[in-house]
Amino acid sequence: MISFASFPSTSEGSGSYTNTRHHPKIEEDEVGMDLDEDDFEEGTQRLTVPGESITSSHAFMRGHGTFVDDEEVIASVAGTVERVNKLITVRAVRSRYNPEVGDLVVGRITEVQPRRWKVDANSRQDAVLMLSSVNLPGGVQRRKLESDELQMRTFFEEGDLLVAEVQAFFADGAMSLHTRSLRYGKLRNGQLVTVPPILIRRLKSHFVALPCGVDLILGLNGYIWVSKHVKESEQEGEEGFDAEAVYSNKNDSIDDATRIAVSRVSNIIKVLAAHFVPLTDTILLEAYEWVVEQEGNVKDLLSDEFGETMVASLGLVPISLLTDVMHTGGF
Amino acid sequence: MSSRVEILNDGGFRSDGRKQYELRDITIDLSQQGTADGSATITHGLTQVMVTVFGPREAKMRSQTLHDRAVLNVEINVAPFSTGERRKRSRADRRILELAAAIESTFEPVVQTSLYPRSQIDIYVQVLQQDGGLLQACINATTLALITAGVPLLDFVCAVSGGVHSTEPLLDLTTLEENDLPNLTVAVMPRTRKVTLVTMETRLHVDRFRDIFELACAAGQTIHKEMKRAVKDRTVALVGAMDAGAKHPLADPDAMMEDR
Repeated sequence: MISFASFPSTSEGSGSYTNTRHHPKIEEDEVGMDLDEDDFEEGTQRLTVPGESITSSHAFMRGHGTFVDDEEVIASVAGTVERVNKLITVRAVRSRYNPEVGDLVVGRITEVQPRRWKVDANSRQDAVLMLSSVNLPGGVQRRKLESDELQMRTFFEEGDLLVAEVQAFFADGAMSLHTRSLRYGKLRNGQLVTVPPILIRRLKSHFVALPCGVDLILGLNGYIWVSKHVKESEQEGEEGFDAEAVYSNKNDSIDDATRIAVSRVSNIIKVLAAHFVPLTDTILLEAYEWVVEQEGNVKDLLSDEFGETMVASLGLVPISLLTDVMHTGGF
Repeated sequence: MSSRVEILNDGGFRSDGRKQYELRDITIDLSQQGTADGSATITHGLTQVMVTVFGPREAKMRSQTLHDRAVLNVEINVAPFSTGERRKRSRADRRILELAAAIESTFEPVVQTSLYPRSQIDIYVQVLQQDGGLLQACINATTLALITAGVPLLDFVCAVSGGVHSTEPLLDLTTLEENDLPNLTVAVMPRTRKVTLVTMETRLHVDRFRDIFELACAAGQTIHKEMKRAVKDRTVALVGAMDAGAKHPLADPDAMMEDR
């Protein structure tokens, strides 16, 4: 009978030889692939890879991240298996944003089209923002006129950032956004940070005001807007909808302390995201206080070493950028 | 002929000291590359390929958009320092376009493109080192990169090359062997044992085809185990990090600051 073996590695470890040799007859982790209903009851998360059979399709229904072949439910992405009653879904560890109605997203205008804007929202297709779903100057109830269609660029232009809510879906799965609230609209006075969407949990409110004079908008699509704090009283009231201010392209004056705070928070978010820590305001705040104590330069934050110490100080395990863990085959 | 390096010596060893059915050392690195949605670097012996995947995202070329499924777009860049002869290949090089087309047609039936209508999945292949088995490394790295990007696949695609020395089949050829032997590359889906790609640029005796084809299919299963392990390790690491963050005492999502 033929046998295969990958090239014996010369690397360290006396016991590593057994790790590097792969004999086809030695089935490693094939045990426990077929599970019955009870296995889902356990508290532990079950991980899977594409092509791995999860369960029989007679007893269960297939959800996202799975498909049925030969009367078996089979995973199509690598991630955690989730079960709701009879429905089996697999959630990928890292993927593009999957929109749901009511989600708050931060996006960037990519195109201006007749009566609509195209918005990049980190999803599989660009989102659509209809002219009819934005607040127009001159009152919320105002009818949209032809002149509005002609001056769409005065509201949103290519490259503008905005915060909006997912309103509905089109037949092909593209999402439609709306900004018909005074909290939504064009973004200014800040900086955009991108993280994997899975790290943003659904919160009571995605508008967070940190005590360090920084406002955060945690878009569920993984786009985070970090900006200068705006006092509640200065936010536009229902009556005083000020189109000039809402669609303005000019930043307010931002003092140095705020600029430093904004970049510090942005860098903390980047470091936490690199270590795959789900973001909440409390963790961010804790990290911010720790960073201020260290009295370091803001840019030092981005060094691997400093980042790891920060994550460790929060009582979390730093993943050393995954490379060590990831290295397989050779060991 | 006598001046040439012996492909298979009397002791049954190949020029790099491997046995006939021995594969080269495989290393897999699935760490994040810049803003890419998924990325993977795979090394088969001295062949190294890095693949980054962007998407599914809004299609750039509107004319090529399909209304019922996503489009796969493969672009290959061969680093000039990757080969023995140092010459710059243009992007439109015939061989490179052919390679890109082979990768595209290999993955078309495996990626569940119908889930992403009007989108585009960009696959950027960087060839860093070449020592035979280029197509095999490209396909394996693309599989891993697509998985890390969370793109739904029917199965892994595991590719391996094979050749025949007189009547003796060999696996996982180096450049030296590739130049001298009739060879083919086979890509298999390990679960169903379906074959998504068989290519052959040389002539091979029809009686030898069966042996080597079956051998390559079996070797695909071995490579699958390596790839599966790498993906599992990554998933465990990421999910572990996320769980640790979620179980953190400060991480209660309902404990907003206003409540305190």
